[in-house]
This record gives sequence, C-alpha cells and structure tokens, in this order.
Amino acid sequence: MGMTMTQKILAAHAGLDHVEAGQLIMAKLDIVMANDITGPMALPIFRQMADKVFDKDKVVLVPDHFTPNKDIKSAENSKAIREFAKDQGLSWYFEQGKSGVEHAILPEAGVVTAGECIIGADSHTCTYGALGAFSTGVGTTDISTGMATGELWFKVPSAIKFVLKGEPSEFVSGKDIIIHIIGKIGVDGALYKSMEFTGEGVSHLSMDDRFTIANMAIEAGAKNGIFPVDEQTKAYLAEHCKKEYHVYEADEDAVYEDVIEIDLSEVRPTVAFPHLPGNAKTIDEVEAMEPIKIDQVVIGSCTNGRMSDLRKAAAILKGHTVHPDVRVMVVPATQKIYKQCIAEGLLDIFVDAGCAVNTPSCGPCMGGHMGVMAAGEKCVSTTNRNFVGRMGHVDSLIYLASPEVAAASAIAGCIANPEKVGGDR
Amino acid sequence: MKALGHVFKYGDNVDTDVIIPARYLNSFDPQELASHAMVDIDPEFAGKVQPGDIIVARKNFGCGSSREHAPLCLKTAGVSCVIADTFARIFYRNAINIGLPIIECPEAAEGIDAGDQVEIDFDSGRIYNRTKGTEFQGQAFPPFMQELISAGGLVNYINSKKNK
Repeated sequence: MGMTMTQKILAAHAGLDHVEAGQLIMAKLDIVMANDITGPMALPIFRQMADKVFDKDKVVLVPDHFTPNKDIKSAENSKAIREFAKDQGLSWYFEQGKSGVEHAILPEAGVVTAGECIIGADSHTCTYGALGAFSTGVGTTDISTGMATGELWFKVPSAIKFVLKGEPSEFVSGKDIIIHIIGKIGVDGALYKSMEFTGEGVSHLSMDDRFTIANMAIEAGAKNGIFPVDEQTKAYLAEHCKKEYHVYEADEDAVYEDVIEIDLSEVRPTVAFPHLPGNAKTIDEVEAMEPIKIDQVVIGSCTNGRMSDLRKAAAILKGHTVHPDVRVMVVPATQKIYKQCIAEGLLDIFVDAGCAVNTPSCGPCMGGHMGVMAAGEKCVSTTNRNFVGRMGHVDSLIYLASPEVAAASAIAGCIANPEKVGGDR
Repeated sequence: MKALGHVFKYGDNVDTDVIIPARYLNSFDPQELASHAMVDIDPEFAGKVQPGDIIVARKNFGCGSSREHAPLCLKTAGVSCVIADTFARIFYRNAINIGLPIIECPEAAEGIDAGDQVEIDFDSGRIYNRTKGTEFQGQAFPPFMQELISAGGLVNYINSKKNK
C-alpha cells in the first residue's frame, strides 16, 4: 500500500520504510519553534528534562504575539525567551526590528525547507507545508520535549487529497480558495488528517497563495496541509534557504480518505462570516444582502501579511481614501516586507489612503493589542479566525477575507466586491 | 482512576479563544488562568465549577489555537474530565500531555445534560449518568497513550525513559 506525501516524510523521520494511518511513531525533528506566549511557558517544563537544547541550530524562538511588549507581564515573557536564546546560543532568535510574524519570517529567513519535519507551539505552524514540509502545531509540553530531545510522538494521519484544477480569476487568491474549501468540508472536515493539495491548478498559485492555504489547514481541523515541491518552490528555496532539502512525492497508489476536486476558475471572492472560518459566503451572496457596515479592517498576519498580499491591497487602495467610519490597520508581516513596501511606494499609498501601518506583530489577530475591538464592532480581517471574542469584545464580529476584499471594504465602509472597486494592477 | 461530578454542557466547536481568551495569555500562572476559564462562552463557569466537575460538549472541542493554557485552566479549575463527540487534535495532545482526562464518546455527549451527576471509570472507559441512570462506553486510549497518562504526562514519561 502506497504512502501519502505526509506519510513518506514521517516514515523517513521515524527511520521506517513504511508507515500507515493510525500508527504511533517517534519522529526526529528538524525545527522546533515557539513564540512569546508558548515559549516562556515551555522553559520551566524544558528544564525538568534537560539543561541544553538538543541542537542550537534547530530550536527557534520568535517573539511576535504581544510584541512590541504590550504590558509588563508580556515584557517579562519576552525577556525570559531572549535570555534563554542567549544562554543556549540559539542560531535562530528573531528580535524586534529584525523579526516578524513567525510563520512569515521562518520561510523568508530560510529556517524551514522542503522535506523537513517541523513542530511549532503555534497552531498555524502548518503554514510551512506550502514548502513541501511536514509541519504541525503543538502545545507547550510537546514543544518543551522537542527542545530537549529532538523527537516527538505522532499518530500517522490519513489524508484528504484536494485536486486543484484551472486558474483562479483576477481578484481571487489563496484566501478565497481556502475559505471556499473550509466552507465545503467544515471546520472539522479534515480533523486529525492531512490536506494534500495536488493537481495542475497548483502551478497557478504563487508561493504566497500556498502559504495562505496551508496556513489555514488547521481551520479545517487538519494536522497539516501540504503542497508538492515544483519549480516555483525550488526557485523560492534557492532565493531564501541555504539548507539542503529533500523532495518527497506521494506514491501513485497512496490511499486517501477522500478525493475532492476544486475548480479554481469557479472560486469567487469568498468571505467567512462570524463565528467560524467555515461560514463561507461568496461575494455575490454578500452583495445580495443588506450592506454590512464595518468599523475596522486589518490587512496582515501569518495568513495574509506577505508582499503579494500588500501589493494587492495597495493596488485597490491607490488613489482612494478609507471610508470615514472605518479604521484600517496594515501590518506587514516582516521587516523585510515592511522595507519592500517602502521601496515600492506602498506605504505612501496606505498612509495617503488613511490607513495606520503597524510594525510586524500578531497583535490584532488574536485581540492581543494594536487593534482590539469594542462591543458591537465589525471587522473585515485578512487573518485566520473569526471565533467569538477573538479580536476583542465578546460581542464584536469578524469577517475573514482576502486582502483584495479587505481593501475594497475599507473604501466602501461595508463588505465590498474588489471586482467593482477595481484597482491599478 | 475515577471521576465524579456535575456536568457543564456546551455545543459544537468550543474553541480555545472562548476557553481562555488571548487577552489573558500574558500569564501562564495556572490559578490566574483558571479564574478566567470559559469566560467568553460561560462567564459564570469559573465561579460555579467545583472540583471533580465534568465538561460535556459536542464536535471538535478545543479547536483553534495551540495554547496549552486551555486544558491547563480547565484542569486547574477542577475539571476532572472532558467528554465530547470529537476533540481538535492539538487540544487532544495537550490534554494528554498535562494529564487532563478526555474521552471521545458521541453517545454520552448526546445523552448527558447540564447539571447531570456523572461518574467515570477511566480504566474501563465506562461513563455512568447517575441522574438519568444511563451508561455509555467511551473509547479506550491506545496503549502508548495509556502509558503516557499513567506516567503522569509526557515530561514524566520522557524522564522515566531517560533513567532506565
């Protein structure tokens, strides 16, 4: 019986020729990552097992959630991981000013690559599946164990194969595709499973689109999302990563629990309504409703704060002004992206339109800081979760959307169709 | 090992943001976290929960973030077990790793109501609803996970292997 792409990576890291779904294995870890929420909590647990990390090149710490430190407790937490990184001589510690949102900075800085087995104490660690790695989110005890021992137990997942066909239309990007898919299978539609994306449609997706799609695999309950390694992946890795990588491919006779075809040319700009990422409505359905007036727009995050996301938002915002009743926060995901926005004149476009441009941080996405919402407020956000109270008050509402929809909505003051606003593309 | 307590009942997709909102995650002090447990879905929970009480919910309990603060705040608040149709996978791992018993049992999740007094035998997986006089059979953990649980969580398990 053949193996899926994920199963092949896991087998190789467990030192086994073959694994099958449901099997419990011990796998070697290539990267173990934590942030300023999960990292400080991991340190006392780590110290119960070891004095030194298993490999200073493979343990990564990224302060990004409550940074720049939002209060004294957050400052203490950041300090704890900063000192730990120094004491342990970690090669990869990303300080403010040289950093960014973890799932954007790790691929950009070449920390993660194809074929690796990666864990992160953050649920959106599944993002690196875009590079053809097995990558999954875990909790604090797991990450502490990974830091100490360099290995972790996994239950080998079964998989759903998504066969992507065709080319997405002009105002449709990775975000619309993944919200469409979660809308189709539900927020537990891939529970405990891998989502393997294949098909000729993959070639029409940029690396940024793939990061966005893999990033939200967790929102369908998946253990991981994964893309094949193609010429685009190789070009990305050549530009960003010095490490050697390994290309794994699913066996032709791999067993899948389900095979779902997605015609990318039929996907419409799609919005996830409160309070689940699977509450998908096409922009056409939204336009048929009473206008949904909004108070805030957030463009950024590990889902949609990359260069192509900000270019798309800027193309729509250029020459427009933000609706007087709306606050807009643009959050470039890394310092490099921030600088590139300056170089390309995007910051001028955002600021001239009336947007606030924040420093890279997870801040508003989880109601941490720099964009928390009051009772009754509504936000169109390019982030990944619209749970009750996620971005602030328990009575605030979040609509998840692409950068294009978010930018169009910022101008209109209500959820809007980017196809109608157009833009300088 | 047994548990006995009254039930708090919730629906599908109880996410980690309502179990313990991010605004409290600048701390990982278990007592402080416990004082905010379930606040965005059930503001009265933290004040009412008694040691031994049981949470029963439906599909995909604990979906969302990887924050181990979620099972930790429930355990510290006194919750002796969470029963659900299914659990989100990171919550599932975290719960086992910190020693919060969880049981997947759709029949029990359907047949138990808020306020019922429920008794659980973890060795057999038997769930007995004292209030209604009904009984359910929960799924037993695979042997490896039983080993983890009986060692008292992942850290003790790793350390015990090291000392051998």
